[in-house]
Parts: sequence; C-alpha cells; structure tokens
Amino acid sequence: MVPESYYVALSAVLFSMGVLGVLVRRNPLVIFMSIEMMLNAANVALVAFGQRYNTAEGQVLVFFVMCVAAAEVAVGLAIIVVIFRLRRRLSVDELSLMRW
Amino acid sequence: MQLGAFVILAVLVVGSAAGLILKRNPIHGALFLVVNLASVAGLYLTLRAEFPATAQAIVYAGAIAVLFVFAIMVLIPGKEETGPDPLRGQRWLAVPVVGVFLLLSGLILRSAALKGPGPAAHVPGGIEAVGRLLFTDYLFPFEVTSFLLLAAIVGVLTLAKRKA
Repeated sequence: MVPESYYVALSAVLFSMGVLGVLVRRNPLVIFMSIEMMLNAANVALVAFGQRYNTAEGQVLVFFVMCVAAAEVAVGLAIIVVIFRLRRRLSVDELSLMRW
Repeated sequence: MQLGAFVILAVLVVGSAAGLILKRNPIHGALFLVVNLASVAGLYLTLRAEFPATAQAIVYAGAIAVLFVFAIMVLIPGKEETGPDPLRGQRWLAVPVVGVFLLLSGLILRSAALKGPGPAAHVPGGIEAVGRLLFTDYLFPFEVTSFLLLAAIVGVLTLAKRKA
C-alpha cells in the first residue's frame, strides 16, 4: 500500500507546475490547460485524503470539482473565441483593458 | 507492485505536465494534457477510487480534451508566442516564486496529520458509497450542480452567437 503522503506530495508538485504554466506562458489556451492541471492536483489530494480517512466524501467533492471544471472550460473557451474574433490575436499580455 | 504502479504514473504525470509547460505549440500541449489526465485517472485507480477514475476518463480525457482541441483548431494558433516577449524579466521571476510555493507546501506536508498509518480501515464501499452520499447528504449541492451546468450552456450559447 502506497502511503497517502506520496499522493499528496505528487499533488503539490502537479499544482506547482500548473502555477508555473499560468505564470510563464502567454497563450490563454495553454494557461487554461494549466488551470485544469491545478484542479486535477486538488482532486488527487482530495481522493488521497478521503481514502486515508475511509470516507467517500473526498470522491463526492471530486465530482463537484469536475462539474465546475467542465462549466469553467466551456465558458472560458467561449470567451477566448470571442476575444480572438474581436482582436485576431491571442496573447494575454495584450488584454489589459476591461473594455474599450 | 503498487509502489511501482504509483512511480510509473507519477513520472507520466510530471513528465506530461512539463511537456505542457515547455512545448510552444498548443496542440502538443493539448496532447500532453490528455496523457496527464489519463495518468491521473490511473492514480485514482491505484487509490481504489473507481468512480473518480471513470469520471476522469469520460469528462476530462474525453470531453474537455476534445473541447480544447476544437478550440485550438478554431483559433489557428502557432503565431501568438513568437516575437519579443515584453515581460521576459517577470517571467523568469515566476520560477523562484513557484519554488517558494513548493517549499511551503512541502513544509505543510511534513507537519500535517499525514504521518503514520491512518485510522482503522473499514473498506469504503467504492461507487456505492459515493452514490449514497451524493443522493442523501449532498443532494442539494448535486442539484445546484445541474443548475450550474445549465447556466454554463446558456452562457456559452449567448457568447458564441454574438456578432463580432
């Protein structure tokens, strides 16, 4: 049996790599994928803790996180497509205005 | 045996995450993301959590990855991360920041209640226990989830149909 702390450590590493992706990359699509990775890292930690304390509540929380992630991806990608239609370019550094 | 499976999956997860961050082409990033999500599903299986594993394979590696690939196809990418980077110095700053973050989470890991074996094991009932919880204690959040998904559908439709 692998100790749960290994899973939590892996989750921390995965989350940090997601943070790095969000901070380093300029393409909003890649930033989005990194955010998905961070949500996944949280899910791994939730499942690991749930299994450690012998409860299924961690898996229930994972279900909710997945629903929120699905909704977030759909809305976020739609926003990115609209921005691309308006500006014909995709770089988060240029999107510094709330409106114009 | 289990440790071996964990190590293989962990290497896959971290490697594909690194690929996602390092590759310039977003379609490569999307494929690395698929590998990442699939290996996380494998991790759930090694934790004996079948429901998250199947949901991960269907929702993430299926639907969300396809959505990403579609968006990349629509957006004709590949030219947005070329050219001089106006914020290059700030980007290098991200590496020590993430290092500090990782250090902090490592400290939390060492201090948290993760030492030693967990409480006495009665085997959690897998999918059955999850479903029982979902439709009793978590019934209201479950219904709110359906409302959230509906709101997302309506929002995406209004955004996508708007004239540019």
